[in-house]
Amino acid sequence: MDPSRKRAIRLTVALTAAVLLASALVYVSFTAGRDELTAGQLLKQAKPGQSYILAGTVVTGSVSHQGDALLFRVRDPKLASVTVPVRYTGIVPDPFRAGRGVAVTVHEQGSYFVGEQDSLTTKCPSKYQAATSIS
Amino acid sequence: MALLGRALLILGLLVCVYGVVASLYGARARRREYVDSGRRAVYALAGLMTFAFAILEVAFLRSDFSFNVVASHSSTTTPAFYKATAAWSSQEGSLLLWVFLLSVWSSLILFLTRKRVREIAPYATAVLLGFAAFFVSLTVFFANPFSTSANPPTEGAGLDPLLLHPSMMFHPPMLYSGYTLLTVPFAFAIGALVTGRLGSEWISVTRRFALAAWLFLGIGILLGARWSYTELGWGGYWAWDAVENAALMPWLAATAFIHSVMIQERRGMLKVWNVSLILGSGTLAVLGTFLVRSGILDSIHAFGASTLGIPFVLLIATMIAGSVGLVVWRRERLRSDAQLDSLLSREAVFLFQNLVLVAMVFVIFWVTFFPLISEAVTGTKVSVGPPAFRPFIVPLALILVLLSGIGPIIAWRRVTAANLRRNFTFPVAVGLAVLVAVLVLTNAGSRPFAALMFGLGAFVAATVVQELWRGTAARRAITHDAPPLALVRLVRRNRRRYGGYIVHLGLAVLLVGVAASSSFQHSHDVTMRPGQSARVDGYVIRYVRPFARASDAKISLGAVLDVSKNGRHVTTLTTSRGFYPATGDPRVGPISVAFNGQSDSDVGLRAGVTRDIWTVINVNLQPLQSKIDEGDRLFEKLMTSLTPAQANQPTVIQSIQAERATAIIGLTSQFVKHPWPVDFLLIVSPLVTWIWLGAIIIVFGGLIALWPVPALARRRSTSPAPALSAGVPAREPA
Repeated sequence: MDPSRKRAIRLTVALTAAVLLASALVYVSFTAGRDELTAGQLLKQAKPGQSYILAGTVVTGSVSHQGDALLFRVRDPKLASVTVPVRYTGIVPDPFRAGRGVAVTVHEQGSYFVGEQDSLTTKCPSKYQAATSIS
Repeated sequence: MALLGRALLILGLLVCVYGVVASLYGARARRREYVDSGRRAVYALAGLMTFAFAILEVAFLRSDFSFNVVASHSSTTTPAFYKATAAWSSQEGSLLLWVFLLSVWSSLILFLTRKRVREIAPYATAVLLGFAAFFVSLTVFFANPFSTSANPPTEGAGLDPLLLHPSMMFHPPMLYSGYTLLTVPFAFAIGALVTGRLGSEWISVTRRFALAAWLFLGIGILLGARWSYTELGWGGYWAWDAVENAALMPWLAATAFIHSVMIQERRGMLKVWNVSLILGSGTLAVLGTFLVRSGILDSIHAFGASTLGIPFVLLIATMIAGSVGLVVWRRERLRSDAQLDSLLSREAVFLFQNLVLVAMVFVIFWVTFFPLISEAVTGTKVSVGPPAFRPFIVPLALILVLLSGIGPIIAWRRVTAANLRRNFTFPVAVGLAVLVAVLVLTNAGSRPFAALMFGLGAFVAATVVQELWRGTAARRAITHDAPPLALVRLVRRNRRRYGGYIVHLGLAVLLVGVAASSSFQHSHDVTMRPGQSARVDGYVIRYVRPFARASDAKISLGAVLDVSKNGRHVTTLTTSRGFYPATGDPRVGPISVAFNGQSDSDVGLRAGVTRDIWTVINVNLQPLQSKIDEGDRLFEKLMTSLTPAQANQPTVIQSIQAERATAIIGLTSQFVKHPWPVDFLLIVSPLVTWIWLGAIIIVFGGLIALWPVPALARRRSTSPAPALSAGVPAREPA
């Protein structure tokens, strides 16, 4: 086989592998992806039974415990008056506190949004300050 | 002093601009004195930035709260070590650190190359000073580390308790050293493209910088993982978080680069690939800095949306456009000197390794940025979680380990049956033997990928042992040194090669640890009262007793746990949850303030060679809440009942504080006297220690490869070394 044909074959194989990888990635992204919504968007769009990622800040004074569960409200970063109630069980990250940014996977259940087990993440604050400025 | 600091930054910016102009003019007009002046501008910048950084450090160490960054990130009660390192926990301080490190490394490379690469160096100088100008501008116009306030507070806010850990303090300087060192080969690649001098010279003069970048970046990433495992209360070391990925991507690209340059040095191949790869790595490094600092992606690390987003986007766009333009313009001069003879050759293995690494970068990039990509395309932010990475990264990692074993022992140009027999028999036999043993003796077969990683790890270890053995034996045949001496001398004469082999060994150990700990972990979330116990993976973990500690700075509520197996005591674990006061919020009651601030976990960890036992306690303060509220009411009533005269008397203030302290201590001791059920996360994870061991081996190997060769032994070879059959040691170019 002459060299240029060899090169052509190798290039084809390499490109095919790349296309397959890219397709697999795109497929996984669109099937396993979950919409990331703010509180306002969630209230508008949420369909019962569907999971969404809720991102926002924890409302000061809204954090309480009910047995195993953690209850708190998440505020929309753009619409300060819009908040949603969340009921969450699972690992609570160390930085979790009122006024911090959080993201939690939720689905609608009655008047609450139930947070999926261990899905809560908290933004690390860049300044160590009490929740005065935000919220 | 703050004013002086700011003046130094402004002066630094002017020096950068001058240096860029002088270097470019000197290069175009072929006037040596301007090129030299441009180089000296870099030295001057290094001096200015050192001075400015020193001013900031002194302010922190002296707790000078007139500096805003000191007031918001440090306090008088912060230990001295953390005062010094708090300088880079702030946005402003970390940008200053970036440009300080950049100026130091730039000075070093330009000093080392002051009599070489005379055509390329001025353009490299201009690029490096361009980067410096960007970052100094950020500190001058957007994020001033030397901003002051007229009425400084008497006490600072203190450092986030999560950061009070040595790993977390070395982590930023290591990462930033990695990023800034990557700009050096980037700058020289640009210089090479502009001048058209696309041989190996730009590579060989910056080789150690690329390797150092790889090493420091790797150390930074590993420190982050270690911190996550021992400090954060979730029990893992890697979360595929956006900012973790931001550092991993340039590291993977740098790994590809330090390998593919060997092909260009030896056979003049892969020129387009090398130049594109380092330009990509440099861009990923700046992108990484941007991801952490701009808050565009939700992550546990994102430091909040800031004004730095737009300048960074412009810089990255310029870097990408410029890189692509230059490579396309010079594509004729980037043609390979030689062709790939066979797919079964060391050149091909290096190429495959590079493709695998680039594929990994692409996967991580796509999944990390998908929320932004989807938002741009569909209008909704769609997040793909960490589980999406596994199906891609695991097979790619397995292939990577396999290649790291094959690469060092396969022949250059074309493999022969004899080469295969001679070099592959032992390692393949070891790999298969270990794989079979693991499948037969353990339940590893239930996780085929993990089992495969164990076999491959053994294969790689065997190749390293084989090469070291043969090299030592060959040396002994000539010099008759004793084996240990022969080994040391062998490594010293071929630091790059054997340092690299040791890194491969470390990587194999590390990935075996990762495979075992992620595939065979046993985790149990359980609520217990004192005296109760739980079973995890054959261990019985009993909650022996609670404890409580209270001080002005911190309240700890914790537990002592006894771990036993088959009736025999294994270890005692201590874990606690720390509560810090919520300073500065006037709405919080005088008792609540002790409980409502930041909180963190103190992990209970028993590390071992075969497995780690890890636990963290989660104390719910709900049972104390009514007493805390009552305490708030009582003290508030007491405070309002005082007359203004009484309220200002020091003795009155002191006695109230003492009462308050007693009340808080009394409350916390309730946890011991009348303990309520608390949550424990219990994890038994095999081979986690192998990860840290592998990391140490990698760093050791990297240092060996990086270490300068003494002047007497150095030989500058300008022609590519002849292709040698693997296993025979040869003097390598310095």
